[in-house]
Amino acid sequence: MQMFRKLCVGFMVLAAANLLAMPAVQAAGETLEIVTKRGHLKCGVSQGLPGFSTPDNRGNWTGIDVDFCKAIAAAIFNDPSKVKFTPLSAKERFTAIQSGEVDIIARNTTWSMHRDTALGIDFPVVNYYDGQGFMVRADLGVTSALELDGATLCTNQGTTTELNAADYFRANGMQYEIVAFEKADESIAAYNSGRCDAYTTDHSALYAQKLKLSQPKAHIVLPEIISKEPLGPLVRQGDSSWNDLVRWTHYATVAAEELGVTSKNIDKMKASSNPSVRRLLGLDGSFGSNLGLSKQWAVNILRAVGNYGEIFERNVGVKTPLGIQRGVNALWTKGGLQYAPPIR
Amino acid sequence: MHRDAVLQALVLVAVVAGMVWLVGNVQSNLERQNINSGFGFLSERAGFGINQTLIDYTEDDSFGRVVVIGLLNTLLVSILGILFATLLGFSLGVARLSRNWLISKIAMVYIEIFRNVPLLLQIMFWYFGVLRNLPSPRQALSVGDAMFISNRGIVVPWLEAGAGAMWYGLGLLALAAGFIWLRRRALNAKLTSGQPTQVWRPLLVLALALFGAAAVMAGVPFALDVPQLKGFNFRGGVTVIPEFVALLLALSLYTAAFIAEIVRSGINSVNKGQREASAALGLPESLALRLVVIPQALRVIIPPLTSQYLNLTKNSSLAVAIAYPDIVSVLAGTTLSQVGQAVEIIFVTMMIYLSLSLFTSWAMNRYNQRMAFVGNAT
Ligand SMILES: N[C@@H](CCC(=O)N[C@@H](CS)C(=O)NCC(=O)O)C(=O)O
Repeated sequence: MQMFRKLCVGFMVLAAANLLAMPAVQAAGETLEIVTKRGHLKCGVSQGLPGFSTPDNRGNWTGIDVDFCKAIAAAIFNDPSKVKFTPLSAKERFTAIQSGEVDIIARNTTWSMHRDTALGIDFPVVNYYDGQGFMVRADLGVTSALELDGATLCTNQGTTTELNAADYFRANGMQYEIVAFEKADESIAAYNSGRCDAYTTDHSALYAQKLKLSQPKAHIVLPEIISKEPLGPLVRQGDSSWNDLVRWTHYATVAAEELGVTSKNIDKMKASSNPSVRRLLGLDGSFGSNLGLSKQWAVNILRAVGNYGEIFERNVGVKTPLGIQRGVNALWTKGGLQYAPPIR
Repeated sequence: MHRDAVLQALVLVAVVAGMVWLVGNVQSNLERQNINSGFGFLSERAGFGINQTLIDYTEDDSFGRVVVIGLLNTLLVSILGILFATLLGFSLGVARLSRNWLISKIAMVYIEIFRNVPLLLQIMFWYFGVLRNLPSPRQALSVGDAMFISNRGIVVPWLEAGAGAMWYGLGLLALAAGFIWLRRRALNAKLTSGQPTQVWRPLLVLALALFGAAAVMAGVPFALDVPQLKGFNFRGGVTVIPEFVALLLALSLYTAAFIAEIVRSGINSVNKGQREASAALGLPESLALRLVVIPQALRVIIPPLTSQYLNLTKNSSLAVAIAYPDIVSVLAGTTLSQVGQAVEIIFVTMMIYLSLSLFTSWAMNRYNQRMAFVGNAT
C-alpha cells in the first residue's frame, strides 16, 4: 500500500514535469487558428502601469498596450472585447509566452538582441519608442543624473532597467546601490517612503508611476535619457503568419494616421478616391485575406481603437494625467520615428 | 523481503529512465523553439547590481557567483531567523505555562496574533511601517557618532582585519572551547558534590592569556572603519539593509509563535511526577525545567521543531516582495528574466532548497537521536 502510494506520487510528478517539458510549439498559421477556435485572444500585460495597461476603477483594462491587444481582437473577431488579459510581472513574462500561457505579450517590453535571439520569441514591431530616465525628490537639489554618485536607486527586477543603471554608473565612474523589487507598486512605494534617492525606469513609466506618489509635484524627472528602450509586443518564434498579423495591426494604425483616417471619419473615408486609403480600408486588393482575416480587418481595428495618434493621445498624451508629448513617437513626416511600410 | 527489493529496484529503474527521457524531451523541445539551453550561462557576466553581498561582487562577476551570493543571503537570514525564533519561541512556550496569570496571557495574545496574521503581511508591515518612520541619511539617528540609523539601514563601524588577524581568530576559538569545558566541569561538580565551581574568573584569566599571546604574535592588526556621511549616503563601516531587518524580524516573530506552541505541548507531555520529583530533590523551579523537564520534552519537541525550521527557510523566499536579495530573488527572479532559461534555473533553485531541507532534517534527526538515547537511559 505504502509502496503503491509512492509509485503514484512518482508518476504524478513525472506527469507534471512532462507538461512543463512540452510547451506548445507552433508552426506557421497555427496561432491564428487556435485563437479563432478558442474565441478569444490571450494577452499578457503589466500588473498595472497607468497609460500602458492598468485596470480602471470598474475593472476594465485600459492603456496603449491594452489597446494593442484589443486591436488584434478587433481584426480577428470584429470585437475588441474578445481578449483575456493576464497581468505579468517583469520576471514572469518570458516564461508565460514560452510556455504558451498567452498568445501575445504587450507589456512595455524592450526589444533587445538577447531577448530576440535567445528566448524563442520575436518582436514584430515597436509601438512606443522610449528610453530610461530618473526621478528624484525636487528638494534633493539634483538637476542632472550625473550628480547621482553614491545614490540609492529603486527599480524593478528582471528588467533592462537594472542592467542600464549598472552600465551608466560604471561608464560615468559613479557608485550606486540598487534595490530591485518584483512589483512596480512596491518599488514606487519604497521610493515614496524614502528608501531610495532616485527611482529609475523607462521615461514613460516614470510619468505613470509618478501619479502613484503621495505628492507627485514634489518630484522631478531628470533630463538625461540613458538608454534606448524600443517597447513592443512579442510573440513566440516559429509562427511567422502570426508575427505578420501583429506587425500589420500596428502599421494599420500608423498608416491611418498618416492618411488622416480616424475612428470618427472612417465611414466618410470609405468614399475616398485616394488609392492608399482604399487599400487600407479593404476596398481594393486582398490584404486582409493574405493575413487570414476579412477585407474589413483595418476598418475593424480603426473603429475599435482609432489610429496611432488617437491611441497615443487617449492613453498617455498631453491631455491625460501622464501628459506625454509625441516626441520621437510622432509620425516620420513630423520628425518622429513612427513609420509604416506601404500597404500595397 | 526479497520481492520487496526487486520491486524497489524496478521502481528505481523506471524513475531513472523517466528522468533521462524527460531531460531529452526538454532539450529537444527547447531547441525546436530556439530557446537557449544548458548551464553555460553560469559563467557569463551578470551585469546587474545586488544590494547585499557577503562576499565581494561587482557587475563583472558571473551568474554563478550570483547563485553563491543569493545562497549566502538565504543562509544568513535563515540561520539568524532560526536562532531568534528558537530563543523567543522557547521563552514564550515556557511563559505560556507560567503560573503568573499576566505572563501567561501576554504569551497567549502574542502567539494568537503572530500565528494568525499572514506572514507576507507581517513582512510588508515591518518593511514599510518601519521604513516610513525612519529619517533620511542626512538626519540619521546617531549613536555616539559611530553608528547611524536611517531609512538606508543601520550603519555600524567595522573592524578592518589586516595580516595576523588569524591569531586572534584562533584565540577566540580556544576561548570558546575553554568556556564549554569550564561550564561542563561546573555542572558535573554541582550534580555530583553539590559544590559550586568557578567559571567566570578562570575564563577571564584564559581570555587575558590568549589575547596577550595573540598580541605578542601579531601585534594589533585591526583598524576601525567608522561610517561617515558623504553625499547621499554613509560610506565605510557595514550597512545592515532595512530589507534584511524587516525580513529577519518578520520570520523570527512569526515562527516563534509556532515554536512556542510546540514547546508548550512538549512540556505538557512530560509526566507531572518528574517535576514533583525534582522539587522533592530540592531543585529550584528554573533548574528543574532546564535539567529535568526540557530534556525530556525535547523528544516530543524536536520533530515538529524541525519542520518549523524548514518552514522558516522556505518562507525566507518571500524576500522577493521587499527586494531582499535571497536565492529566489536573485536566481529565480533577476537571473531568470535576464537569461530566460526557466527550466534550468528553476531546477537549480529547487535543488538548492532540497539540499538545504535535507541537511536541516539530517542535522535535527542526529540531534533527536542523541536526545532520545539520553532520555531513555535515565
Ligand atoms: N522596458 C523594460 C522595463 C519594463 C518594466 O517591467 N517596467 C516596470 C517598471 S515601471 C513595470 O512596468 N512594472 C509594471 C508591473 O510590474 O506590472 C524591460 O522591458 O525590461
